[in-house]
Amino acid sequence: MTQNQPHEELARIRGLMDRSTRFLSLSGLSGVIAGVLGLGGAAVARWYMDQNAVVSSNPMTYDAQVLADTYWTHVTVLAGIACAVLVLAVAGAFWFTLRRSRRTGQSLWDASARRLAINLALPLAAGGVFCLALLWHGLPGLVAPATLLFYGLALLNASKYTLDEIRWLGLSEVLLGLVASFWIGAGLFFWALGFGVLHIFYGSLMYLRHERSATSTTEA
Amino acid sequence: MIEKLNKLFESRVRLGIMAVLAVNDWVDHARLKELLGVTDGNLASHLSALEEAKYVQVRKRFVGKRPNTSYKATAAGGRAFREHLDAIEGLLPKH
Repeated sequence: MTQNQPHEELARIRGLMDRSTRFLSLSGLSGVIAGVLGLGGAAVARWYMDQNAVVSSNPMTYDAQVLADTYWTHVTVLAGIACAVLVLAVAGAFWFTLRRSRRTGQSLWDASARRLAINLALPLAAGGVFCLALLWHGLPGLVAPATLLFYGLALLNASKYTLDEIRWLGLSEVLLGLVASFWIGAGLFFWALGFGVLHIFYGSLMYLRHERSATSTTEA
Repeated sequence: MIEKLNKLFESRVRLGIMAVLAVNDWVDHARLKELLGVTDGNLASHLSALEEAKYVQVRKRFVGKRPNTSYKATAAGGRAFREHLDAIEGLLPKH
């Protein structure tokens, strides 16, 4: 019986507790702030593209865009906007999640958080390099669908270790990415939808479901 | 020291259930089954024993059209589990 091997029994219990722990401190507000920043970034990008007429007459042929000596200037500016949005969104997510983890008492960097981060980061890193390759080969039109697809798959992969809503957010991003792959030229629109609207929607859902109710039942 | 071990936790499955519930909020039947690697019937009988002892609380609801049953450790259950762990640790040779 268990009493004969207390060492093994304790190790088994520890393993079970460790494997089953999900990272639950993820704040829905981080999704909302990321969505607002995403929409803002998309608006700035739209404005820049209108100002500089960064629109290919035929979005399916990229040769003309690549040959234009303004190609890398535009790519750099647009990538800069995207990076600024990303950095601000990650900082916002970090801040709201830190605030929430103080409230729930769950450590911000425990085994569950590390598992979540690694499972999210691996597909994202692969997607990031793939998008650089797309730009390199002069295929900017495929970048928006590719970011949505890889981001969605990363979320899907990481959802096992955190709140269930992340799974649905991931599936929605993948679907949107697939639709966007057939609608090249409307990349910015799908981008605003995926990184803006979906984040705000699921972020609000997570906040309403987990955080508002949590504050009212903590005394139980 | 042996007397302090909780009889209800002599079963590996019941102890496993409490371990999972100790670090989670609501956990549904399917996930418990996956984590513990046991059959539905086996899991159900152990869960009802824990429920009878008021160590777990049960929530039944519908997710879409499918019934979904989730479990959560009660305060008494969490305490009993921690005391049992302390008792197991007490059995270990002191260094």
